[in-house]
Amino acid sequence: MSLVALAFLMALVTYPSRALPLLLVRSARFPAPLLAYLRLVGPAVLAALAAVNTVVLVETAADGRRIASFHVGVEWIAVLVCVALVAWRKNLFLGIAAAVLIVALARAGGVA
Amino acid sequence: MIDSTLSAHRRQLVVDGIGIVVSAAGFGFVYGVAAGAAGFSLVDASAMSVIVFGGAAQFAAVGYVAGGFSWLGIVLLTAFLNARHVLYSAALAPWLADRPLAERAVMAHLLTDEAFALSVTHFRRVGRADTWGYWFAAIGATFIPWNLATIAGVFVGGAIPDPSRFGLGVVFPAAMAGLAVGLATGRREIVAAVVGAVLGVAISLAWDPAIGIIAGGLGGPLVALALPGTPMRVRLP
Repeated sequence: MSLVALAFLMALVTYPSRALPLLLVRSARFPAPLLAYLRLVGPAVLAALAAVNTVVLVETAADGRRIASFHVGVEWIAVLVCVALVAWRKNLFLGIAAAVLIVALARAGGVA
Repeated sequence: MIDSTLSAHRRQLVVDGIGIVVSAAGFGFVYGVAAGAAGFSLVDASAMSVIVFGGAAQFAAVGYVAGGFSWLGIVLLTAFLNARHVLYSAALAPWLADRPLAERAVMAHLLTDEAFALSVTHFRRVGRADTWGYWFAAIGATFIPWNLATIAGVFVGGAIPDPSRFGLGVVFPAAMAGLAVGLATGRREIVAAVVGAVLGVAISLAWDPAIGIIAGGLGGPLVALALPGTPMRVRLP
């Protein structure tokens, strides 16, 4: 069977998590504590995404299990340099370019 | 008429968006290469990028299809990996509650890590929802580059032995970290980010990264709100 059908099934289980809060909320009036909490979700989840994608390596075992392990590498330095550059220059592109350059140079030099 | 402040914020969004274009294109290309190598046709690979539009789940699906795993397992893993989007949707809901239902329904399909990060940063700078900003973040900076790069990856991927040596793997975490810096505007935001990161890594190692990211996103704000001091002043969207 075409993998397009699989794509539709995957979308079917993805859409509710993307849509339910957006579609169920009918009023812009939110309690202040909830707004305060939701305001902090952004920095928390983005930092979690960045950290997990930098220091956690995920591999798939032969039986399909996902195995996570701690990873130490040049990516740590690259992401920290990106953070410092964005904080200093307020330029995301510059930070990402520097991070890519660091990793590419490290790989080319056989360091990573 | 667009006031000059809004124009300035939109220019900043576009500048930030260039970084996300690089991130989406880099990952879309690597996905296309992986999909092509796993035997996906151009239609299969592109259908995933258009219909699912979820990077981590698409990468996992490529590996699982290549490994011959069941569709049921792939679909369940997809639901698990993409569950974090409920946090993005909830965080954007106060800003977008007044938009028409049909518009929010389309916005939801295009809600990704990158679209959330760019648009919530932009809304906070502007002080209200700016739907132009959302569409730019979701479509201009993410959907179009991701899909074009998927096609490019399927077509030319075979000619590139190991795209990871160009450092593309660091683009996504660097982009997310950089965008988190933009949101860390006060003590509580910084605490939420640091606790979110630590919690995310700890639970990822103990259980699974998909759970870790959700736990970090939920737990970071709770710890930050529990800090003693002046209550947060929240500007209503």
